[in-house]
Amino acid sequence: MSGYPSAASSYAGDIDGLILFIAVLVFFWGILVELIFFGFIFKFREKKGQKAQYVTGEDKRQKRWISIPHALVFVCDVFIIIAAVRVWADVKQTLPKPDATVRVISQQWAWTFVHPGPDGALDTADDITTVDDLHLELGKTYHYELESKDVVHSFSVPAFRLKQDAVPGRTIRGWFRPIQEGTFDVQCAEICGIGHGLMPAIVKVESPAEHARWMEEAGRGALAAAPRLRAP
Amino acid sequence: MAQPAIEETPGSGTRHAEETSAPPAGHGEHEGFVKKYLFSTDHKMIAKQYLFTGMFMALIGAFMVYAFRVQLAFPGSHVPGFGVVGPNEYNALVTNHGSIMVFWVAMPVLIAAFGNYLIPLMLGCDDMAFPRLNRLSYQVFFLSVVVLLISLFVPGGGFGGAWTAYPPLSSKAEYSLTPLGSTLWLCAVILEFVAFLIGGINFVTTTMNSRAPGMKLYDIPIVVWMIVIATLVFMASVGPLVAGAVMLLFDQLLGTAFYDPTRGGDPLLWQHLFWFFGHPEVYVVLLPACGIVAEVITVFSRKKLFGYKTVLYTAFATGIVSFFVWAHHQFVAGIDPRMANVFTATTVIISLPVAEMIFVYVATLYGGSIRLTTPMLWALAFIAEFIIGGVTGLFLGASGSDIYLHDTYFVLAHFHYTFVPIAIISVFAGITYWFPKMFGRHMNETLGKIHFWGTIIPFNGIFIPLFLLGLAGQHRRIYSYEGFPELARPELQQLRIIATVSLIVMLSFQLVFLFNFVRSMLRGRTAERNPWKANTLEWVAASPPPHGNFETMPVVYRGPYEYSVPGRDEDYWPQNQPA
Repeated sequence: MSGYPSAASSYAGDIDGLILFIAVLVFFWGILVELIFFGFIFKFREKKGQKAQYVTGEDKRQKRWISIPHALVFVCDVFIIIAAVRVWADVKQTLPKPDATVRVISQQWAWTFVHPGPDGALDTADDITTVDDLHLELGKTYHYELESKDVVHSFSVPAFRLKQDAVPGRTIRGWFRPIQEGTFDVQCAEICGIGHGLMPAIVKVESPAEHARWMEEAGRGALAAAPRLRAP
Repeated sequence: MAQPAIEETPGSGTRHAEETSAPPAGHGEHEGFVKKYLFSTDHKMIAKQYLFTGMFMALIGAFMVYAFRVQLAFPGSHVPGFGVVGPNEYNALVTNHGSIMVFWVAMPVLIAAFGNYLIPLMLGCDDMAFPRLNRLSYQVFFLSVVVLLISLFVPGGGFGGAWTAYPPLSSKAEYSLTPLGSTLWLCAVILEFVAFLIGGINFVTTTMNSRAPGMKLYDIPIVVWMIVIATLVFMASVGPLVAGAVMLLFDQLLGTAFYDPTRGGDPLLWQHLFWFFGHPEVYVVLLPACGIVAEVITVFSRKKLFGYKTVLYTAFATGIVSFFVWAHHQFVAGIDPRMANVFTATTVIISLPVAEMIFVYVATLYGGSIRLTTPMLWALAFIAEFIIGGVTGLFLGASGSDIYLHDTYFVLAHFHYTFVPIAIISVFAGITYWFPKMFGRHMNETLGKIHFWGTIIPFNGIFIPLFLLGLAGQHRRIYSYEGFPELARPELQQLRIIATVSLIVMLSFQLVFLFNFVRSMLRGRTAERNPWKANTLEWVAASPPPHGNFETMPVVYRGPYEYSVPGRDEDYWPQNQPA
């Protein structure tokens, strides 16, 4: 499908694989049931002088028509649960060791991104703060610390298959590893007031050389503005 | 007016008019207009009040969706009949469209209108157990409608924090910028819950205590069971939300901090309370819809329901499991990620009873003699469309894929594929099926079929594009996608336009229904008592039934679905006909 966003993070492929797996199972069942359903409507349409059959559906032999598909659906359900839990554990539950940590702060109606400077640590003088513009280095494993200053927002990068609500009063940690260079949309995925549709941001995934160049340029500005850059 | 039944001993199985087999004297004949129409305690009149109020609210909900869908297809344009939809208007429109369709259309029509109309008639009694409580229920409901409508026109505009009303957005005026709108919206929702709690008591009590002699539990028509189970689920789940809503009201008005993290509160508390109600609510409206469909498909395929007890048990199972799935709405909301595993399992498992019910309905068609009347078309369409809604839910119940699809248009398309069959399609099945009973006249079949196809085809035209937009990563409740390069591409905008055009086509075909409805009510062909040759007791009463319902109180000899019994000349066998 042309509209489907590119898979730009290391786990995007796993999530797409899960969606495809569920799609195969449910399309099979959905189409099968619809075919039988429409087949019955056609086959058993009213015919002159022909009475309907009397089937109670109460005895064992008849019930099998329901209970066998039912058992098969259960088996499919178990497969879906296992597959879902495995993907979930990788994406949300176990965080791999990070190469760097970025802070993502949401508010009505903007995103503030705090990047560690050349020293690789947050809350130091060389942090680089940007608005609506997140810079990442290709192939690095990032942790994010997600915060909100006011209402519930949701940090969503469709190309990363990443989504996490930002809850005021909490810092929520998660991870991603960009595997494709380019510029991708950030959307707020939780209604957050009048400007909810007006807080687009972008993620720029850059090659190591490009990223270093950006860091140097932005870093000069950041050092000049250092006193303002306390973590909120 | 008959003495309300409050004095009767519960469990005695007494019916109000049992002592006299003659119709209760003077019922409804000498009442003035005000008493008859505004303060009636007749369950049929209250049902019609709920039905008409629900239909009126549906028109408002439809107007709202028209306005914001035109904005999405043609951003920034002047919407004919509304004006320019700015971001605040957009939020208020989507919020109130959702609230109205769930709380002021699906609930009053499916539960209150059909419940009130059908329960006493199908059980063979003269009225609800508590007629005055019944009247109170509608009055409180009516008040909730008034409060909601006022909330749309106050300074600052209507509430725009989505029907889920997550705090702190909903709790603080400085965030929502709609101080009056939020509070009035919340008050309207609370009043609506109170109305349905009052009504619910009545449904359960009546079904347990006022059945016709001979009607055992397994002889109760499925639709009555479904409404009773739905009511029980509603009453058990709504308590926490009412408490939560009152806390939210205190946060708004008194400056308490139940949901304010800066002063020790927690925004996630609301989400748990809301979805602990919100997800069972889905099944509260699903079950009555399944009940209506069961009645219609058995009558028009002249078949016994395949496994009455199976349907009943799956309905109970669905109701019970529905209490353990709520946090699938919160996978990415900041809950402990380990919790998602439990809720994935319960959510995927709830597909079992629901799938079983669909299998049963399909199996019921087997060997039938299927007549494609208008009500039957609606009932069959319910099954066909609900299957799509059901299977797409698995993508969202599975935590791993929900990370991507959560809060996208995929969710929106999924639940409209369940909710439109529930609140619109099954309701049309019910209205067209019971119309002859309710109004004593037939609806026009040709117009009915035009309306059916004019609704079903564009319905798919609306939501299939929205599935695709969801897969493309488009999030909900955003008034314009022009600021997002990935979403502003022309091929995606074309999908939005297809959806909006389909919507306008679908809405215009509703005029056919309204015309047919009003014209048939006034001038339709007169209906006899049992035009569909159905078994259940409501068809024993006159069309329309008088106040008090039955000339002779019926006695029940068999279950409700004895169609095409071998060895009988007729292919139906009414429940009250002696063997």
